[in-house]
Amino acid sequence: VASGLGAGARPAVAATEDANALIMEFTGGAEPAMGRVTLDVPEIAENGNTVPMDVFVESPMTDEDHVTDVLIVADGNPRAGVATFHFSPMSGVAQANTRIRLAGTQNVIAVAKMSDGSVFMDRKEVKVTIGGCGG
Amino acid sequence: MATPRPRIRLDRNEIAAGETIEVKTLVSHIMESGQRRDGDGNVIPRKIINTFKCEFEGQTVFSCDIEPAVSANPYFQFMVKPPRSGTLTFTWIDDDGTEITATEDVVVN
Repeated sequence: VASGLGAGARPAVAATEDANALIMEFTGGAEPAMGRVTLDVPEIAENGNTVPMDVFVESPMTDEDHVTDVLIVADGNPRAGVATFHFSPMSGVAQANTRIRLAGTQNVIAVAKMSDGSVFMDRKEVKVTIGGCGG
Repeated sequence: MATPRPRIRLDRNEIAAGETIEVKTLVSHIMESGQRRDGDGNVIPRKIINTFKCEFEGQTVFSCDIEPAVSANPYFQFMVKPPRSGTLTFTWIDDDGTEITATEDVVVN
């Protein structure tokens, strides 16, 4: 029987710092502005083992002006990093969908980097009934 | 371990120039996070798919760096706008170096 987070569990404050550090590393220190990014996650997730997550970024997706990368972090997980999507003009649309694990109620944050280096974000809280780290 | 066979679904394989295709992919994988412990209290070693990519004729269209917070049997849905007819190649890379690949042909009229 798996025993949940065990020794890996850390206070939420540490996890939030971890998330911020990941975001700053991703943006090169720039503070992302809210906007252009739409993060779609459920308000309430009964099962933290598999929470649907969709991200869309407004962009023409041309060679000159496109989304290059989108970082997804979860600020209450034992490790904040979730995934980084890499797009190209051949994506046509900067949108991706996956399923993620959330250890408990927390914020999910999506940060998008554009081809001109500008950065944008969206943040949503997900209330998790049964945490998804112990499996 | 037997290599799992990925499942891929395109909303269509044939499009007009300039249109986009919606791609859905799923591969069977435990995505062992490295956070869990067994009954004796020992950490179960991490074993995940750490990279997924979709290429069109050798050029990367979409890829993803994956952490243990992606669920078991990782699912990815994304869009592709192929510039001409050709082959999409999908690759999943396991922590142990195993690569799972699959292809889909698309026709652009």
